[in-house]
Amino acid sequence: MTAALGFILAMLALGLIRVLRGPDDADRMMAAQLIGTGGIAALLLLGVVTGVPATVDVALTVALLATFASIAFVKKGGVNAPESPESR
Amino acid sequence: MSLALDIVTITAVSAGAFFFLAGTVGLLRFPDTLTRLHALTKADNVGLGLVVLGLLPQAGSLRGGFKLICVWLLVLAAGATVSQLIARAALASGASGQQGHSTVRAAGDEGPPT
Repeated sequence: MTAALGFILAMLALGLIRVLRGPDDADRMMAAQLIGTGGIAALLLLGVVTGVPATVDVALTVALLATFASIAFVKKGGVNAPESPESR
Repeated sequence: MSLALDIVTITAVSAGAFFFLAGTVGLLRFPDTLTRLHALTKADNVGLGLVVLGLLPQAGSLRGGFKLICVWLLVLAAGATVSQLIARAALASGASGQQGHSTVRAAGDEGPPT
């Protein structure tokens, strides 16, 4: 299970490449969302491996924050969306 | 019985890690924003679902198991909503012409899709 934890973390590091060279901002945001989900999975695995149950609460918080980050991105119109004046 | 539960855990967590691999490779290799979103949602929903399913026998208590399932349900709901929002924003910016050109160019310099 520790191997699965390390594997998922390696996948997250690979996902950072897409953050680095995503052609537009939506790709970067999608990579950030993948990193959020993978971070949740890694936290859940870490909680079972180390026997610390509080990491599940941390995973819940990370899920909430990743969602807020993406919603903030869309509301800001980060992909040059000029057609939503009510979001300003 | 404990051995069987351990086997369930190892199988499901390995399958979840495989889905994370597939999602990351898809995110890196697919040529288009929307196809990348398709790969990403697979990793999000199925990968995390399998990891949670594999961790359920190790949860210890009923309350801990419920909390794991709650994490997964929150990620499912949030992932569905956010995917819709991002796809809509990407489509809206692609319709303006300039972003569509940039995705075509990105598909060109990444080689043929697998």
